[in-house]
Amino acid sequence: MSRIKSIEELEKLRETIIEKQKARKLSIAICNGPGCLPLGSRKITQAFIDEVKKQKLTDKGVEVRATGCHGFCAQGPLVVIEPQGLFYQGIKVEDAPEIISETIVNGNIIDRLLYTDPDSGEKIPLEKDIPFYKSQQRLISGNNRLIDPNSIEDYIAIGGYKAVSKVLSEITTEQVIEEVKLSGLRGRGGAGFPTGLKWKLCHDNPGDTKYIICNADEGDPGAFMDRATLEGNPHIVIEGMIIGAYAIGAHEGYIYVRNEYPIALKRAIRAIEQAEKYGLLGEDILNSGFNLSLHIVRGAGAFVCGEESALMSSIEGKVGEPSQRPPFPVQKGLWRKPTVINNVETWANIPHIINRGGKWFASMGTEKSKGTKIFSLVGKVNNTGLVEVPMGITLRSIVFDIGGGIPKGKKFKGVQIGGPSGGCIPEKLVDLPVDYESLTSAGAIMGSGGLIVMDENTCMVDIAKYFTNFLSEESCGKCYTCRKGLQRMHEILTDITEGNGKEGNVELLEELANVVKDTTLCGLGQTSPNPVLTTLRYFKNEYESHIKEKKCPAGVCKELITYSVDPEKCTGCMVCLRNCPADAVTGAKKQIHHIDPEKCIKCGSCYELCKFDAIKIE
Amino acid sequence: MELSGIQKIIEKNGTHRSALIPILLDIQDEYHFLSRDALACVAQTMDIALVDVYRAATFYKYFSLVPKGEHLIQVCLGTACHVRGAPGVLNEIQRKLHIKPRETTEDKLFTLETVNCLGACAMGPIIVMDEEYHGQMTVSKVDKLIESFKKHEGITKDEQDKKH
Repeated sequence: MSRIKSIEELEKLRETIIEKQKARKLSIAICNGPGCLPLGSRKITQAFIDEVKKQKLTDKGVEVRATGCHGFCAQGPLVVIEPQGLFYQGIKVEDAPEIISETIVNGNIIDRLLYTDPDSGEKIPLEKDIPFYKSQQRLISGNNRLIDPNSIEDYIAIGGYKAVSKVLSEITTEQVIEEVKLSGLRGRGGAGFPTGLKWKLCHDNPGDTKYIICNADEGDPGAFMDRATLEGNPHIVIEGMIIGAYAIGAHEGYIYVRNEYPIALKRAIRAIEQAEKYGLLGEDILNSGFNLSLHIVRGAGAFVCGEESALMSSIEGKVGEPSQRPPFPVQKGLWRKPTVINNVETWANIPHIINRGGKWFASMGTEKSKGTKIFSLVGKVNNTGLVEVPMGITLRSIVFDIGGGIPKGKKFKGVQIGGPSGGCIPEKLVDLPVDYESLTSAGAIMGSGGLIVMDENTCMVDIAKYFTNFLSEESCGKCYTCRKGLQRMHEILTDITEGNGKEGNVELLEELANVVKDTTLCGLGQTSPNPVLTTLRYFKNEYESHIKEKKCPAGVCKELITYSVDPEKCTGCMVCLRNCPADAVTGAKKQIHHIDPEKCIKCGSCYELCKFDAIKIE
Repeated sequence: MELSGIQKIIEKNGTHRSALIPILLDIQDEYHFLSRDALACVAQTMDIALVDVYRAATFYKYFSLVPKGEHLIQVCLGTACHVRGAPGVLNEIQRKLHIKPRETTEDKLFTLETVNCLGACAMGPIIVMDEEYHGQMTVSKVDKLIESFKKHEGITKDEQDKKH
C-alpha cells in the first residue's frame, strides 16, 4: 500500500484492483451485521473459510467475504452468493460444507436454505426477488454486501473516493455546497436541518480553524442504522466527511462513536488508518493542497451526548451537558470554533450526491424530504431488520409490504418512531407518508429512524412509562423541569400501571408534559414529553382503562393482570409446569394444569412456552 | 491497583483536558473500575480539580466506582427489546441472582447491568454475557444460561442441590 499522489494514480489503482478482482469467480458474502453476529455469523464465516481451503478452491476464484449488514435480520444468518445474488438464509456452521460442494462446485441450488414466501409458499432463490427487498431503494445499505468493510480496496473498486477526487480537482467549495443544497438533503440524525444550508452558514463564518464532526452516538433505543453503516461501509462516511471538510474549510475532524458499538469503533479506526496510508487523509490529499486529519472519540455512555452541543462538550473532555444556542455550532462549536456536525447517515449520502448530482438525489422522495432513509424495523413485526426506503413511502408499505405484517396473526396497534423524542403513531394513521413534516404533524419526529412496531399485546401506558423512565435516567440534570418533570411523570405513570391511578392523573401528565416542553434548553428535553403526549393523544382509552377499571387491556402491566389456564385448550403437556420458575403450576401429565395465583410471579414464561394458546391473561 | 499503570495510561493519552475521558475509559477497560486512588492520580497528573474528574466519572454510565464481578451480564432495555419482553427477562435474572442492576453477587461471580440499546434490535430481547450476544431471550432461556455459567464455574454440587 503506497501513497496515492494524484487523481490519475487513484484511477490507476482502481483499475488494478478491479483487474485483480476479476479472478473472483464466485463470492460468498456472509452477513456479519448487528443482527447476524449474535446468531453466530463469525463462526459461520470461519467454517466457510476452512471449507474453501479444504476443498482447494481458493485458487479457483472462490472468495469468502465477511460483510456488513444485509438488512434482513429476521432470516439471519444470511449468505449471498455473488454474482447471481443467490440468497440463503438461516445458515448454520454445518451448512458450509454442503453449500461449498453443492452450490459452489456443482452449481446446484439447495432448496432447504432458500427463503419461502409466506403468502405463496414459493421458494425464492434470488435476493432481489424477495418481497422484503423489492420495495426498498438501497442507496446506502445496498453496497454493504459488495465489500469487505476492512478493505479500502473493495471500496475503491466500487467507485470509492471518486467523489473526493471530483471535488478536489474540479469543483469550488461554493459549488459543493450548492450541489448539496440542490439535493435537498436534510440531517438524518433527528431534526432534519437542511445540510447544505448548515454547510453554507459554517463556510461563511470567518476563521481559519474550523471542525467537522460525525455524530455516531446513536443513542435512540431501537435504532441501529448508524451502527450498521459505520460497520458495513466505514469509508463512505469518511469520504463524505472529506467532502464536507473541503466545503467548509476544515482541516480537522472527529468521529464520535458510541461506546456500546465496539465493532463500529474498530472499523472506523481501521478505515482512517487505511485512508491515511493511501494519502486520502492527511497532508496534501491527491496533490490538491488540501489537508484533513480525522480522529476517533469514544463515547462513555450518555444518551444526551447525541445532542450536538453536549457531544462537543464531551469531546472537549467535559461532562456532556448541552449549552444554550445561539451561538450555533456553525458559529461557535467545538473549542468555540465554527463546526459542522452531521450524523453518520447524512455523511454517507454525500458521495452519492457528488457523484450523481444534487438534481438526481432530489428526484427521490417528497417535496420537502429528499432521498432515502434507513429505518430499523423492529418490535412486533415479522421481517425485522434494516430497511432503506424512499422518503414519502407510507407506514403501511414499511410495516406490511416490507415488514410482512405482525407475527402470530396479532392485531397491529401502531408504531413508535423517532426514539425517546419521537412518538407513537396509531393504526388509523398507517397511510401516513413517512417524511419530516407528516411525522411532525402527527406528534412524532423522524429521529434517527428507529421504527418499533407494536401489536395488541403492547400496552401504551407502559410504553410511555418506559420512555419517561429512560429519559429521567438519561437527563443530564441541567434543566430542572427535565430532571424533575420526567421523574414526576414517571411516578404518575408507575402509579397508573400499578393500579393506583387517580382521576386527574391524565390532566396532570398533560400539564407537566407541556411545562417540560416549554422550559428546557436542548432538543432532547423539549421533545422528551412526546411519548407521553402522543400516547395521550391517540390512546387515551388505554389510560382510562388503567385508571378507572384497573385493567391493562394489552395484558402487560403485572399488577393488573392474572394468568390462568384455559381448561378447554390445555392438553396437560407439562411444559409450563416444568418451566415455571416459581413452581406455581400444578397438575399431572395429560391432566388440566392449574396456576396458583398466590405463587405466580407473572413472569409470563408459561404464556410464552404454551404451544396450545391455553394460558389466558386477564 | 498499580498507580504506575495509571501513569502509563495518562502518558499514552496526554494531559490535555480533552484526554480526560479517553484516560478514564482506558482505566475502566484495564482495571474494570475507577478506584479512588486512580481518580486522584488522574486529577493530580492532569492538573484538573478532583471534583471535575469525579464529575466525569459519575456522569458517564460506562464508568464504575466499584469493582465488578467476574462475569458481566448486560440486559438490553432498548425499545425493541422492551416490547418483546426484556423486562420479564431482567426480572428473572434479578430473581435468580438476588441482585439488582449495577450490583454484584456476593460471591463476586456476576455483575448485572442494563444497557439502553446494543443495536441488535432485530434479535431482541438481547442479553450479553461476557461480550457474547444471546438473542431472542425468554424467561426460560435465562434460567438455562445462568445455570450453564454456574456449572462452568464449578459451583459445587451441594450448592446446586440446595438450589433445587
